Amino acid sequence: MSNSTFNSATDVSYLEYQGKHKGLAGWLLSVDHKRIALLYLFSVLSFFLVGLTFGFLMRLELIAPGRTIMDPQTYNSFFTLHGIIMIFLFVVPGLPAIFGNFFLPLVLGAPDVAFPRLNLLSWYLYIIGGAVALISVFLPGGPVDTGWTFYVPYSVRTNTNVIPAMVGAFILGFSSIVTGLNFVVTIHRMRAKGMTFFRMPLFSWSLYATSWIQVLATPIIGITLIMVIFERVFKVGIFDPTLGGDPVLYQHLFWIYSHPAVYIMILPAMGVISEIIPVFSRKTIFGYKFIAFSSLGIAFFGSLVWAHHMFTSGMSTTASIIFSLLTFLVAIPSAVKVFNWVATLYKGSISLEPPMLYALAFIFLFSIGGFTGLIQGALSVDLHIHDTSFIVAHFHYVMFGGTGFGIFAGLHYWFPKMFGRKYNLKVATGAFWALFVGFNLLYFPMFIMGWLGMPRRYYDYLPEFTIYHQISTYGSWILVTAVLVMFGNFLSAIRKGEKTSEPNTWGGTTLEWETTTPPPLLNFKEAPVVTGEPYHYGDAAESAGKEAK
Amino acid sequence: MFSETTYVQQVDNAMIFITAVSAVLLIVITALMIYFVIRYNRKRHPIAVQIEGNTKLEIAWTVIPIIIVMVMFWYGYIGYDTIMNPPADAYKIQVTGKMWVWEFNYPNGIKSDTLFVPYGKPIQCDLKSLDVNHSFYIPALRFKKDVMANRPTKVWFQPEKVGSYDIACAEYCGLNHWNMYTKLVVMPQADYDKWYAAELELQKPTVATTATAEPTK
Repeated sequence: MSNSTFNSATDVSYLEYQGKHKGLAGWLLSVDHKRIALLYLFSVLSFFLVGLTFGFLMRLELIAPGRTIMDPQTYNSFFTLHGIIMIFLFVVPGLPAIFGNFFLPLVLGAPDVAFPRLNLLSWYLYIIGGAVALISVFLPGGPVDTGWTFYVPYSVRTNTNVIPAMVGAFILGFSSIVTGLNFVVTIHRMRAKGMTFFRMPLFSWSLYATSWIQVLATPIIGITLIMVIFERVFKVGIFDPTLGGDPVLYQHLFWIYSHPAVYIMILPAMGVISEIIPVFSRKTIFGYKFIAFSSLGIAFFGSLVWAHHMFTSGMSTTASIIFSLLTFLVAIPSAVKVFNWVATLYKGSISLEPPMLYALAFIFLFSIGGFTGLIQGALSVDLHIHDTSFIVAHFHYVMFGGTGFGIFAGLHYWFPKMFGRKYNLKVATGAFWALFVGFNLLYFPMFIMGWLGMPRRYYDYLPEFTIYHQISTYGSWILVTAVLVMFGNFLSAIRKGEKTSEPNTWGGTTLEWETTTPPPLLNFKEAPVVTGEPYHYGDAAESAGKEAK
Repeated sequence: MFSETTYVQQVDNAMIFITAVSAVLLIVITALMIYFVIRYNRKRHPIAVQIEGNTKLEIAWTVIPIIIVMVMFWYGYIGYDTIMNPPADAYKIQVTGKMWVWEFNYPNGIKSDTLFVPYGKPIQCDLKSLDVNHSFYIPALRFKKDVMANRPTKVWFQPEKVGSYDIACAEYCGLNHWNMYTKLVVMPQADYDKWYAAELELQKPTVATTATAEPTK
């Protein structure tokens, strides 16, 4: 690298930097982790809007019993596409690929991720996988209608486009593996001088745990999907009982990936919350090591609880007992995190800007998701509420109230650093409250319906469930409006928001706040040297000594 | 201690116990958050007090939740143990799921599309599917069990009241999954015997052929 490029690589921001390629190619061929993160940001959020539209239309269909706006086949495809898009294209890649890409090197004090080219490849895999999944909607045969879980034997028998959807998910899996691999190596090899593992910000810890699950668990879903494709094409007889296969085996293989995937989705969000709470409390995080190790605990135990999705499948009592016990135990590290976050607020100096509002809402909504997870973990209760709207409510509280709010928290927290612009705080706060109210109206009635016996994936329902469905649909209108206002606020900030070069928007203490805003191509003018803990406010050592007693 | 309770009560007890404990914990967590946010608001409390952690507290809020969730597990296990062990004298009915109807076959060979059972007897349903996976779900009785081809499953129950209850399919099975509803009708033994005899008379020709082809165990 010549001296002149080096200078421009640290003097101008990554948004203005002119590399080998100009214009659009400067983005599509850039191996800068920050530009790739923005590619992900816009593609992931676009897919989110598509998924949101499917969800919105499903809720509209369910506003009254009987046919409202679509036929059952369309409805079945909609909930399948909603699931596939939200899981594989929004929640799984959301935090690692957007904020992990942008901020992992920054918080570690590194100039980039370990394998920048592989990083760009992962975005292309993501786009190809997403495109294949979307194209399958328009191919003859009709959009896939199996549910995002692709349960055999239905997925072997339906005439809809199962194979293209599975190929899409397969390719997306590789994108996820590549990102995970990249982050594991980055964390091991690229930390700034003096940054030991225990001086890493907790966001990196959560990404570290996530990345290992991505690398280890994702291949299993890839292999499983390939086996289903073989089953469809060659009638092999692995899963289809009429060919001598075992449908429960499919469920085991599917959930061996897809349950750990839940932790791929939630762990990085927990990492974001662990960053935001100390900054807006002006206080060092409570129980740093416990939060860090609880991430690893979740990653480990989370890999051993998959069969709690299968208590009704006729699995042996022994297996059910083991998986129920482990399910209850995996709640503990999550609980430890929640307690530590709340303890961090104690005697802090708290300000409620939008990122903090999202973080606090995360704790509340994720707690509801977690507690209702305990209800389902109980064997007998699960026999009743399994595959009802109770489950739908539960995983939306965890995945949307948790990960979704985590993504929005991260977006509000890091937006000024990413774009060098300010968004309108009042609009953001208003959108937050609307989102919070809409969210609870939308999903809470589903707990009640589920307990009363409303099965999920139902195009229509018995008249006694009408009131809950109606409230839920009204909630969806508020929620969708709030999301659009939030995104509109960001878009207008990107286009004409007040420029800011303030390096430290919120008074953070981690390394991303030490470099200029927006950061230069190589992130830091001089390679940072770390001498202490990541969340160092005031004279921590002295007052901690007094208070810990 | 629990042997006197029915399965439905066991499920409800587990649900109530877990929900109550969870609600208390959620309220405590939320109340603390709100209190801290107000009490330690930056205007009122401009300088934060730095606290790095407290190992005793960490141990406490690790160990106590472990004990709580183990009790929750036990509550859930009680009911599961009940429903996994049908009494030997249970009255056996074959339940067949296919896209998108249920069929019920009784010991003497008759069949129906509504599940009729006598009051006061434990009933065992042997479940099988003729096509894709279904799940045999009776919300009022708090259970469902997956129904698969070539992989028999079973479930049992003892109706507590005479009456009619919804049966739904709880495993997505395609186009009309949402409409795979039928009824469980619990009748006094005398009424049931009457219905049973009448059905036998009506279905005699078909019963004779199926009975020879497929003798009931």
